[in-house]
Amino acid sequence: MTSDRQIVLSVRELTKAYRSAGERVEVLRGVNLDISAGERVALTGESGSGKSTLLHLIAGLDRADGGKITLDGAAVGDLTDSGRAALRRDRLGLVFQQFNLIPSLNVEDNLAFQARIAGRHDAAWHAELVKRLGLSTLLKRYPEQLSGGQQQRVAIGRALATKPLLVLADEPTGNLDEATADDVLALTRDLVSRTGCGFLMVTHSARLAATLDRRINLSAGLIA
Amino acid sequence: MRVIWILATLLSHWRRHPMQLATLLIGLVSATALWSGVQALNQQARLSYDRAAATFGGARTSTLVARDGASFPQQLFVDLRRAGWPVSPVLEGRLQVGGRSFRLLGIEPITLPIEVGNAPAIGKADLQSFIAPPGQTLVAPETLAELDQPEGAAPISSGGATLPPLHAQPQMVPGVLVVDIGIAQGLLNRPDQISRLLIGKPRGPHPPLEAVTGDKLRLVAADSESDLERLTDSFHLNLTAFGLLSFFVGLFIVNSAIGLAFEQRLPMLRTLRACGVSARLLNAVLVLELVTLALVAGLIGLVCGYLIAALLLPDVAASLRGLYGAEIPGELTLKPAWWFAGIAISIIGALAAATASLLKAIRLPVLAAAQPYAWQQAQHRWLMLQAGLALVVLTAAGCFLWFGDSLLSGFAVLAALLLGAALLLPAMLELVLSVGQRSARRAITVWFWADSRQQLSGLSLALMALLLALAVNVGVGTMVETFSRTFITWLDGRLSADIYINAPDNAQATDIKTWLRQRPEVQAILPGGRTEAQLDGAPIEIVGLPDHATYRDHWPLLQSTANAWVRLRPGDAGFVSEQLARRLNLGLGDHIEVPAPGGKWTLEIVGIYADYGNPKGQITVNIAALLRRFPAIPQTRFGLRVAPPEIPALMSALQSKFGLDARNLLDQATLKAESRRIFNRTFAVTAALNAFTLGVAGIALLTSLLTLGNSRLPHLAPLWAIGITRRRLAAIELLKTLSVALITTLLALPLGLLVAWCLIAVVNVKAFGWRLPFHVFPLQLIKLVAVAMLAALAAALVPALKLARMQPASLIKIFADER
Amino acid sequence: MNDRFGVTRRAFAGAVIAAGLGGRLARAQGFAGLGADGKGFTPATPGKVFSFPADHGPHPDFRIEWWYVTANLVDRSGAAFGVQWTLFRQAMKPGGQPQGWASQQIWMGHAAVTTAELHRFSETFARGGVGQAGVDATPFHGWIDSWNMRGLAPINDMNIAPLELNASGADFSYALRLDANQPLVLEGDAGYSRKSEREQASYYYSQPFFAVSGRVTLDDKPIEVIGMAWMDREWSSQPLASDQTGWDWLALHLNSGEKLMLYRLRQTDGRDYRTGNWISPDGRSEQISTADIKMTPTAFTPIEARKLPTAWRIEIPTRGLSIETTALNPLSWMGTSFSYWEGPISFTGSHAGVGYLEMTGY
Repeated sequence: MTSDRQIVLSVRELTKAYRSAGERVEVLRGVNLDISAGERVALTGESGSGKSTLLHLIAGLDRADGGKITLDGAAVGDLTDSGRAALRRDRLGLVFQQFNLIPSLNVEDNLAFQARIAGRHDAAWHAELVKRLGLSTLLKRYPEQLSGGQQQRVAIGRALATKPLLVLADEPTGNLDEATADDVLALTRDLVSRTGCGFLMVTHSARLAATLDRRINLSAGLIA
Repeated sequence: MRVIWILATLLSHWRRHPMQLATLLIGLVSATALWSGVQALNQQARLSYDRAAATFGGARTSTLVARDGASFPQQLFVDLRRAGWPVSPVLEGRLQVGGRSFRLLGIEPITLPIEVGNAPAIGKADLQSFIAPPGQTLVAPETLAELDQPEGAAPISSGGATLPPLHAQPQMVPGVLVVDIGIAQGLLNRPDQISRLLIGKPRGPHPPLEAVTGDKLRLVAADSESDLERLTDSFHLNLTAFGLLSFFVGLFIVNSAIGLAFEQRLPMLRTLRACGVSARLLNAVLVLELVTLALVAGLIGLVCGYLIAALLLPDVAASLRGLYGAEIPGELTLKPAWWFAGIAISIIGALAAATASLLKAIRLPVLAAAQPYAWQQAQHRWLMLQAGLALVVLTAAGCFLWFGDSLLSGFAVLAALLLGAALLLPAMLELVLSVGQRSARRAITVWFWADSRQQLSGLSLALMALLLALAVNVGVGTMVETFSRTFITWLDGRLSADIYINAPDNAQATDIKTWLRQRPEVQAILPGGRTEAQLDGAPIEIVGLPDHATYRDHWPLLQSTANAWVRLRPGDAGFVSEQLARRLNLGLGDHIEVPAPGGKWTLEIVGIYADYGNPKGQITVNIAALLRRFPAIPQTRFGLRVAPPEIPALMSALQSKFGLDARNLLDQATLKAESRRIFNRTFAVTAALNAFTLGVAGIALLTSLLTLGNSRLPHLAPLWAIGITRRRLAAIELLKTLSVALITTLLALPLGLLVAWCLIAVVNVKAFGWRLPFHVFPLQLIKLVAVAMLAALAAALVPALKLARMQPASLIKIFADER
Repeated sequence: MNDRFGVTRRAFAGAVIAAGLGGRLARAQGFAGLGADGKGFTPATPGKVFSFPADHGPHPDFRIEWWYVTANLVDRSGAAFGVQWTLFRQAMKPGGQPQGWASQQIWMGHAAVTTAELHRFSETFARGGVGQAGVDATPFHGWIDSWNMRGLAPINDMNIAPLELNASGADFSYALRLDANQPLVLEGDAGYSRKSEREQASYYYSQPFFAVSGRVTLDDKPIEVIGMAWMDREWSSQPLASDQTGWDWLALHLNSGEKLMLYRLRQTDGRDYRTGNWISPDGRSEQISTADIKMTPTAFTPIEARKLPTAWRIEIPTRGLSIETTALNPLSWMGTSFSYWEGPISFTGSHAGVGYLEMTGY
């Protein structure tokens, strides 16, 4: 890959197993992965191949059994819960299939939420995000008053508002129709390039995966 | 800053769900308000007892008194001082001013021990004004009002003596006049006499008492608890029990509101964690949020508590005066500790009610695990657990009843009984509902029962609150009603003379009697007399009655030997009150020894009679025998038998001829009315708290239903979709709530009667010393069922109406949002 | 003396108020209208002829009066002790003095024992008229509670000796016998003692020549003591001048057998009123004027946020006296209802000896 750029995420020999119905299921069996700044990567694989698990481990939402994840020079596995929370807050942007907006906050507050708790709210960047995401007329609305595409645009805006090092997206367009999905993904690609951060998106759609710089496939707990 | 943003985000939930917030606050406010209101009342009363006890050496100070209980020469005071005893003299007596009787205390402020404490007397007033002529009469502001005199006025006693100018002191106990000891000796016409000596902190060694005063005086050790405190303990325990009950009912509301809010906010908490809020910080902010809400609610609750206390204080004061003769100032004074305690109880209550929710939030995994929807299994487990716990608690209630022998154990029985029943309620309801479900045939009916069962877990706390409130209502209502009937029958027996006279002194009493003997309408003059004595360390009254048909026919004897009244005549037998008999474990044929001036007076018990409302034990003997043993008893009290039509004329004749006022001349009807009024006020507080508790339970039900309302939509939408109208759905919802409430109410009735039995047979006997016959009042029960159903209807109506008027779009949205 | 008068008046008034207030300290001028004038009471005027034993008894027409004894004692090992015994009388109202509780006399007693290590004191109060406290002139007997100052037969009223003196507190007691051969000493101008340039004054006589023997008991341990004692008798009606803030009073037993009483009255204008009496061993007394007395504090002791001058340099050039005084216990603080410093001292320099120092208004 474009190895002259700075590596923001490095995953080495990552393993993870779950116990399900009394049986041990090895989900990840030694995954290796590097993502550079500005690189946009699609992670594909069958249902249950461990895509989401890998994403959660990178985000520090869950702990790995073995291997090492290095994010911005920090070994995620060595951090405490507070340390991982701080990493998510300051260095990462997360986008989920379910949008995961805060229902009691309006669009404007949802958009600014993470940047505010990270203490890096940037009014100019916030304004630009609003403009580029086309949310100007929706700022005072609450999530329940938005369409799915609109909600996901807010979620993407929230993830990018801190100008993170890496954006992790888990099927961000899974709940959207095809046209909306293309639209949202185009916006995301555009904004990711604008901030120069890394972008890792889990998707089951080969069509969408093809629009990114690189596509990796997770199969039987390994990256092919 | 981060904390503020997180807090603001958490709080934004309440802005979007104001009803939930209102529920939470109402729960906290009512819990805090009723609890702190009762605390304020108790505190106020205790404060006055303390003050009364500390008034120039009540029970709080060690004292020296004469062996025979009479007053003694003040030379003994001088002798003791000069022997190094740190004593200060007090003279006490009764003084009539403006037709009222006051306790007159003569004190010596110079030697008054500092330890006597909040010596209310001298305060900031000039010592000189108190000692130097004309001196001062220190009184409570209430007494000033009662005397109807301005500050500085010099009232005149009924004996014609002028008191020193009145000076109001806020810390004083009502009903007490405090003057310098020299002035008191003059007013009471007991020159150079003192009633007791207060003992201060010793200043160096001093010889033993006997070496100075021989056997004339004896030492009475300080008592940390005053007589009033002992007497009124049961009353305050009663209040506290009610306060505690209301507090728990309030916490039920808080618990359900918080539980729901946390449930709804779980996705938000996950999002916060995903956005980089650490678990520790999030938990801290959750607690902070709760504490903030509790603080706000606590403050509002305290204000409400203050208002409740202020509202109830007159009744409480009247109860305490009527029952125990304890004087409570009408003005509420609160210590800072009360405010702190109120806020603390609100916060502790909120945290306790939120424990389960907080624990859940703390253990919350960031990743939502897909969980199988097995509410039925979970509910079953939960019901079994609660039922098991209920059985344990009920067993404990049985143990308390069997082994307990105190008032506290009586209340423990009540508490365990109520708690056990409340815990058992969901299982009972589940049983009834599943029986209903099994017997149902039509699909909609099956759904009706099944859905009611599913709703149980959400409603059970509110229903438990309703059960408790209703049961206590039934219990207290039955007790009060029983007492009321018994009391009135008893009063009719006790007040059998037609006119009661209390002459100012023996001379006038003789004049009045002479005059009355010449009046043809007077059928009989019934002399009476009473004195006080100590028996087994407690004060008792000894009452003398003439041997007359009026008493033989009416006096309410609970047990007696044959010819009991004839047995009284020789003066070696007496009746004892039920309280005294219980306290000293006396029965017919037993003997008691009463201290009398001429030596011990041995009496055989030939009768036991009811003496409701009297905190002191009482012995009744023949009046002639009483006067032989206690020659100093004033013979100023007597009753008259007069033909009813002649009563008003005779009363006005007595009034004009002898200047008797309403306090010294009473007809039977007035006296009965007065007694009933005192009685009714005695239970006014109980009734008011009862109503408050029921109100809080109603609110609990309403708020539970309201908060459930929204979460129920997903259950109702499919029914709507398959063709049941909104109106019909609303009607079904209403019916469901009412039937569950009805089942609860019907379960509350036997529980309430059990509570009543506990109150009458256990608590009353321990608290007051009398046992009442147990009656059930079906009309009262029906009325209460109606009230409960109305409360349930009112609570269920709002959500039902909301449902009936709901826009179809809202129901459609359920499907759109359903994942 | 005037200043001493002011001090003790304040002490007395404050203590009485404190008794009534349950420990709350009162303002010095606040009690019983004493801050005003002594209207209705008999004033102290020059030219009084003293008459004994009658003047040993109380003078109820005067507002305030005291019987004040201080003793400098030593035990067998030579360790120094100080003992104070004071009985104050205060009239709340002038005019007839009825018996019983109607009496308007209030009595206060102070007693103290001081050693180099400790200072113990006690106070008590009594109403007059009922026998709890009082003073009889014949035979001489002053008492309050169980404390007594009693003439022993055969008492000589002209030197008020021999006497027995006893008092006790929670943690001390003493019983002493006082003997004297010299006559009483009239202080000031033949017993008329001015307290300022104005009209404030008192009647004041002393017996500075007591020889003492007896027993002091501390913590239940009896100690035999001997030494010297000084009695002051003073009564007056005039209040303290409003510009007088306190005083420093000394009673000194010189080793030569001479006695010296002197004091400094502090005034707000910074000018001190100083006076004293030089008493020869045979009892002759000569007044010393303000200009002839120089009193300079040399060391201060902090006590309860106050600073007390517990060491002094005293100079009376006309008598060739220049001495430095040292307190036996600088913490001789009378923490009574109205507090002051009173304790035994010793001095060296041109003259040597022991005595008592009283300081008020600090």
